[in-house]
Amino acid sequence: MNDLIERAIDAATGSGAAYADVRIVEHQAESLTVKNGSLAAASSERSAGFAVRVLVEGAWGFASSQDLSLDESQRVARQAVAIARASRLAGGPAVVLDDTAPAAGHWGTPYLEDPFAVSFEDKLRILFEADAAMAQARGITLREATMEAARDRKLFGSSEGARLEQDLVSCGAGIVATAVNDQEAQERSYPKSLGGQVVGGGFEAIRDMDLSGHGQRIAEEAVALLDAPQCPSGEMTVILEASQVAIQVHESCGHPTELDRALGMEASFAGTSFLTVDRLDRFRYGSDIVNIDADATAPGGLGTFGWDDEGVSAQNVPLVSGGQFVGYLTSRETAPVINRRSMGSSRAASWRNLPLIRMTNVSLRPGEAGSLDDLIADTDEGILLGTNRSWSIDERRLNFQFGTQVGWLIRKGKLAGMVRNPTYTGITPRFWGSCDAICGPGAWTQWGEPYCGKGEPMQTASVGHGAAPARFRNVQVGVGQW
Amino acid sequence: MAAAALARLGPGYEGEASVIQRHAALTRFAGSRIHQNLAEEDATLRVRIRHDGRTGVAVTNRLSPAGLEEVVARAALIAAHAAPEADPPPLAEPPGESVDSDLGWIEATAAADPGDRAAGARTVIDAGVARGLTASGAFSTEAQHRTVVNTGGLVASHRVTQARLVTVMHGLAGETGYAQSISTDLATIDAAAVGEEAAERTARAADPTDLAPGEYQVVLGEYAVAEILEYLAFMAFSGLAIEEGRACIELGQPAFGSNVTIWDDGQDPAGVPTAIDFEGVTKQRVDLVSQGVARQTAHDGATAHRAGVPRTGHGLPAPNTFGPLCWNLFMAAGDAPRSSLTQGVERGLLVTRFHYVNIVHPKKGILTGMTRDGTFLIEKGAVTGPVRNLRFTQSIPDAFSRISAIAAETRLVGADYTGIVSRVPAVRIDGWNFTGATANEANV
Repeated sequence: MNDLIERAIDAATGSGAAYADVRIVEHQAESLTVKNGSLAAASSERSAGFAVRVLVEGAWGFASSQDLSLDESQRVARQAVAIARASRLAGGPAVVLDDTAPAAGHWGTPYLEDPFAVSFEDKLRILFEADAAMAQARGITLREATMEAARDRKLFGSSEGARLEQDLVSCGAGIVATAVNDQEAQERSYPKSLGGQVVGGGFEAIRDMDLSGHGQRIAEEAVALLDAPQCPSGEMTVILEASQVAIQVHESCGHPTELDRALGMEASFAGTSFLTVDRLDRFRYGSDIVNIDADATAPGGLGTFGWDDEGVSAQNVPLVSGGQFVGYLTSRETAPVINRRSMGSSRAASWRNLPLIRMTNVSLRPGEAGSLDDLIADTDEGILLGTNRSWSIDERRLNFQFGTQVGWLIRKGKLAGMVRNPTYTGITPRFWGSCDAICGPGAWTQWGEPYCGKGEPMQTASVGHGAAPARFRNVQVGVGQW
Repeated sequence: MAAAALARLGPGYEGEASVIQRHAALTRFAGSRIHQNLAEEDATLRVRIRHDGRTGVAVTNRLSPAGLEEVVARAALIAAHAAPEADPPPLAEPPGESVDSDLGWIEATAAADPGDRAAGARTVIDAGVARGLTASGAFSTEAQHRTVVNTGGLVASHRVTQARLVTVMHGLAGETGYAQSISTDLATIDAAAVGEEAAERTARAADPTDLAPGEYQVVLGEYAVAEILEYLAFMAFSGLAIEEGRACIELGQPAFGSNVTIWDDGQDPAGVPTAIDFEGVTKQRVDLVSQGVARQTAHDGATAHRAGVPRTGHGLPAPNTFGPLCWNLFMAAGDAPRSSLTQGVERGLLVTRFHYVNIVHPKKGILTGMTRDGTFLIEKGAVTGPVRNLRFTQSIPDAFSRISAIAAETRLVGADYTGIVSRVPAVRIDGWNFTGATANEANV
């Protein structure tokens, strides 16, 4: 494999590239789905290939191939150079990379139990037990338990001399119970929705989830939601449980702090950002207690690695500090625009894809509000919203609307009944400005979000978000006509 | 290749193998310059095998003899450990003769080079620059060859090409406008027309005013209508959603107004054809909604087997728990000239495009999303000026029961995220619920 890297770099530079990097990835994945008591899906996927990225006269070219032969490496390198030359037909100012020093080394995801070494029977037992637990709830319509694992072995080399090896391992699981009647289809999930909880780590994380221990509860809640009252409409105090805070951070802080968006590079697809460069270090994003960072070194994070796909080492950088907007997610191309060095968030979803600025683990730091129970007890009147169901935000990342699977009214510091179809909406900086309490470290979880879409052709990235339950005042709840 | 993989199965096994070869290239521009330019080459072999009612699926892109051996062995290993299914769906039956379709294959599209795409990007950029606008977008070309075989004797293949050019232009005050063109034939992508459409729309979008949320009459342009149909594919037209009671329509019952007719047809060259699905089944035309009544639904092998009906050719890659998907949608044109749709609107909105649409309530068919890249106020039948983008939260069955005019012209639109391609008209709807507006950034 190292020969392929050397050969491709030589071919690229020999064809006129001022810079070239080569990334080889071997991808392995496994997924299992048990649905309504049957094994609905069992699959194993392997994929390998390489990509060459070049700069020629300040313009980018990129090509990738599944054929890992030395001859192909030279062909693809020359193809990337030819593509870069075509880029000059509508070129702009020459791309200038930052001065990140080339690195060499090896990094692997820490884990105790290799998810690919766990027996099929053991995995299925966990899923079937969870399914059986959900089936205990009378009136449940659909039950689904899923499990996945992935491994990426990456090699990276650049014409600057970087030579890196990484072994990234992730796995996750989740359950969802759905109750249906003539008017409603209500879901409850555990540990979270949208593919369950996925971590950068080993199978021990799945064993710790205790899926079967939560199956009956979520199924009973799904059934109860069918007859729960509709969520009230109006401005009120909202407590978001931790996984919903994670999605809120993802959409309203993670994406708008991507510097490529702020610079207009995603304008035609994902959109741009209200966090424009002129607002860096001089814009109030949230209240004083809001601190958000991008931490690629976080244990267990789905956005944790040794180096990004430009060879920049993993770092923890602040994005919002004391409510002030202070940082972006950057790449080697974009960081110089704000007179900084890349903080290492340029990643590709697979060997075939071009690296883009992606979130690492963009996390809301814990506060001082204790546990979720403490926060509820401290809230005279409001609503607790749990587990994401829908998400939408405008292309500048200002106007958002989320739906959650469940809401619980809060009266005098206690939960006072479940409501169905809750939604809430707001404008990003006003919403974060209304945050007056964040639960403490004991309530903080490193969540994994495996389906973040961005770029053309669209790439689906795995990112992480640490979050604890948090409280927001004067939020518009109950949107739309029901 | 697919047949060679199945030849490695042992006695007592049945199976299906599919190979997807894909060459895709894309030239992306932003800030009126090309900033990303790439080509991707891959071929994937997917093997689904069954033994004693136990099914395993394995995927590889190592297509050497050793790679085929390995992927079959891996699928067999999974099947050996899998729980048996009580009543697994049979493999797709072979049609009378093997299918070898090149419907929608255009050699020139397959042979497109970076220079072709860069020239198209340059043309769009120039159209923007001429009006003092900044252009962003992407020009992509793709050639895909899908082959499916199974041990029941099915042999089917289809190759198709696609070219797509999209742009969003920005004015100095942040106003934006969108345009898109998609076709199997690169030669029919008119970059100058795409550039002109986006530039003209952007120029009209400057200095938007605020509009209070509420219910308004709307004229939805084709891009917006196509996005709604894309979500109906998930919420309404999937045989699995119908089977599980999650769908927002009910077969045999009125779903929309009687002026609405929607179907899926992968064989129609007026779209971007998909002659076979991922199970090798020849795609059938499915009359989803006829004159407002939900008539048929899309099926894959599993949902068709449980429903006791024929497959319709809408299966996704195995193992598929997602259910069937329509991705060649058509909505029937009406009789109103497109330019007349704003007539009769006392005070309403012309919506070019939606952004980040999502399902709020599948059973009620409620979606939320934002308007984007050209939202205009209509007063007394005339477009009077741009408004700041608005959020909607709207039941689509309700809205599609209030369509008061449908344009006589249709347009082919490719979805951003799902790959669904729809041919749709613009429509006028007498009541669309806007529930919020984005902020004036000077005030945030």
